[in-house]
Amino acid sequence: MLGEGIIKGLLETARNFVGSYVSKERLTTVQYPEERWEAPEASRTFPFLVYDGDEWLAGLRCTSCQICEKECPPKCIYIEKSADKKPDAVGKMQFYPTRFDIDISVCMSCQICVEVCPFDSIKMDRIFELSTDDRFEGLILDRQKLAKSNSYYHQIHPTEAAEVDAALASERAAAAAKAKAAAEAVAAKAAAAKAAAENAAPAGGGA
Amino acid sequence: MKTIEEIQAAIEAAVPGGEVTIVMNPSPAAQHSLLVGAGKAVAVAKFLRDDAELALDFCSNVTGVDWLDREIAEKVKVTKTVTKTVDGVEQQVEETVEETVKRAVPGYLECVYHLYSVAKKHGPVVIRMRTANRSDMVELPSLTPIWRGAEFQEREVFDLYGIVFTGHPDLRRILMWDEFKDHPMRKDYVLPDDFEYEPTPHDDVLKRAEAHRADVAQEGAAQ
Amino acid sequence: MSSWTLQQSTNEHLAGWNRPQVIKPEGDGEVLEVSMGPHHPSTHGVFRMDVKLDGEKVIGLKPVFGYLHRNHEQLGEKLSYLAIMPYTDRLDYFCSLSNNWGYAMAVEKLAGLEVPERADHLRVILAELTRFQNHASWIGFLAQEMGASGTPLMYAFREREKILDLFEELTGSRMMCNYMRFGGCRVDPTAEWLSETRKVVQGLHKFVDEFENLLTGNEILMSRTQGVGVLSHDLAVNASVSGPMARASGVNYDIRKVDHYGIYDRFNFRVPLGEHGDIYDRYMVRVLEIRESLSILEQALKSVPGGPILDPKAKSRGIRPKAGEAYGRIEAPKGELGFYLISDGAGSPYRYRIRPPSFINLTVLEDMCLGHNVADAILILGSVDIVLGEVDR
Repeated sequence: MLGEGIIKGLLETARNFVGSYVSKERLTTVQYPEERWEAPEASRTFPFLVYDGDEWLAGLRCTSCQICEKECPPKCIYIEKSADKKPDAVGKMQFYPTRFDIDISVCMSCQICVEVCPFDSIKMDRIFELSTDDRFEGLILDRQKLAKSNSYYHQIHPTEAAEVDAALASERAAAAAKAKAAAEAVAAKAAAAKAAAENAAPAGGGA
Repeated sequence: MKTIEEIQAAIEAAVPGGEVTIVMNPSPAAQHSLLVGAGKAVAVAKFLRDDAELALDFCSNVTGVDWLDREIAEKVKVTKTVTKTVDGVEQQVEETVEETVKRAVPGYLECVYHLYSVAKKHGPVVIRMRTANRSDMVELPSLTPIWRGAEFQEREVFDLYGIVFTGHPDLRRILMWDEFKDHPMRKDYVLPDDFEYEPTPHDDVLKRAEAHRADVAQEGAAQ
Repeated sequence: MSSWTLQQSTNEHLAGWNRPQVIKPEGDGEVLEVSMGPHHPSTHGVFRMDVKLDGEKVIGLKPVFGYLHRNHEQLGEKLSYLAIMPYTDRLDYFCSLSNNWGYAMAVEKLAGLEVPERADHLRVILAELTRFQNHASWIGFLAQEMGASGTPLMYAFREREKILDLFEELTGSRMMCNYMRFGGCRVDPTAEWLSETRKVVQGLHKFVDEFENLLTGNEILMSRTQGVGVLSHDLAVNASVSGPMARASGVNYDIRKVDHYGIYDRFNFRVPLGEHGDIYDRYMVRVLEIRESLSILEQALKSVPGGPILDPKAKSRGIRPKAGEAYGRIEAPKGELGFYLISDGAGSPYRYRIRPPSFINLTVLEDMCLGHNVADAILILGSVDIVLGEVDR
């Protein structure tokens, strides 16, 4: 019968229309500014810099190795390396960025920088309401705006942050153990030298 | 499917003087290709398409490659006659010496076709053609009459590389606009400096644009 | 108009060329030239067709490209192999994961890398989910162009949303996934993600049934699409048309079956073929293809093995393949997507070329549109399934 297909289709739309009042499956709209939808943990927007402790500048993990700057596909990162060094989380002296800018009007949220960072210092944020009336300066984030604490990182990506912390902790433990072993070796060597000197001295004195 | 040597032999048998040579591909992909002389390329292509065993009826991919002029340093063994004093007597001795010879290799533009067979479900057979140089002798025969699928792709190669396909039914620019002068995929293409810029942390774009503007202003004042 | 400077009449010396037929205007021969696009909602972006009309009838059509041209290929020659990956997402932005796979496969061929079992399964799962959402939305867009304002499209987008949620949960982004790496994948999915995917795939069966109830037997759809935009088998092969477009014309060519790439030969699926090569066949081929995709998904999800997701030999950063070249291709939702790479041993490719399926499928647009009405030309363009990010690159 002509028109059968159309009637079948209309039944389908009717089912969807009525269904939207009963089934959540069929009505998926979220009224955005009033209602908010919780994004999954892995979702990403723009990068930020992680710092340990309370002081953002002192705790910055970035050692300004500039790998992310080189690898960034749209080249939106700009880094200036410091002349002096400061101790990092492990206590090793490292360079730090005197300038670290990300132009988020250029950034394409690909997270290549996160992947290549050997120090776990740059991570992806989840904030998205970043609109500003200053098109140029307002969208260039400097290192102070980019720096966010490790506890914030734990808050937005708990699973990933826990993994990173565990890896860093084992790295630090290994470094500490190595330092301790080195110190012990130095001490042992000094002790041995001292003992040798003491052993040699009476012989010399006796002559 | 036939090996690349067998295909070469088949072409040589069917199209005498086809100037087909094998270009080896050292990468693990091992997709070797056949370099076809421009003179008989259409006949070779027709054979590849119509041969019952090869039946390469599907021209998947057409692309240009730009190879710049370069200098190759080669170690060559040269035999020279040298005067030497052996046991107090002067003698003419033949001696083989290794010398580094620099050879200028002229650049060329290359057009690469990846052929498959829909009927026989095999492939790819890669054929390539090379122009004589990069400046004035950049003509290659168009294979669009053999494979219609090359129509837009050859136009793209013409647009971006400047290879002129003789016998192409509709050779116009395709991605750039008609008034555009250069060929942007060439390796020596110089970026224009008067494009609209966005101030980024990297100021070199901005500086170039400003310098360009100053130049333009100066020229305007001079006129 | 500049694009008409070279008339078809100059082509007559080209014997054997599969050229579009030449139609002479009827009556007094008055011809109207219309520029459809680039700013036209039905051209799927910034695509332009210069159409010659005799009354309502199309007697000539020239596609004009380049409004979204950003020289993606040259960009690739200046970037490292890894940094190209996120740019491939932006080619066909509906199917970023298929593009990732195509590019990763070309680099794997160039560098000789192996893909572990688990990563292969994930790739198949993600590629088929991508195919599903691409085809479903395509059907929605086609109906929209026929005047079914919104309803089928919104139903398709509702289901697409579920798939995009899965993508976001796994890769961190809904459309610009940037997920695959040379020799594997980036993130290992959790068991919850896999069971969630199984659940979504289950639900999609019902959606396809509903969608078919809504459209397949619809008399308006049939009368608008049957016998419109016919593409013959021979022309489809000769013009390198690929994907569902070619299969609707009866070309039995599916790269998943022909190249046996990934692990597709382990799964049981059929390749739907059309008989008439018209728009209705293209619609049916896609509907059947998403049913086959669901069957592949179910088989793949049944047996996702454990193990690593990345080749231990592989490193993503600072990859420098030895000099040579490779052409890798996959069956993307729109057709054959190929990546051709030439390496000279440096950290970025010497030549980086994309074979864009929707661009090459447009070669036959004129042949399909000739003799039809303007409204049908829009439908025929829609049936090709183009994304301008890929057409213009």
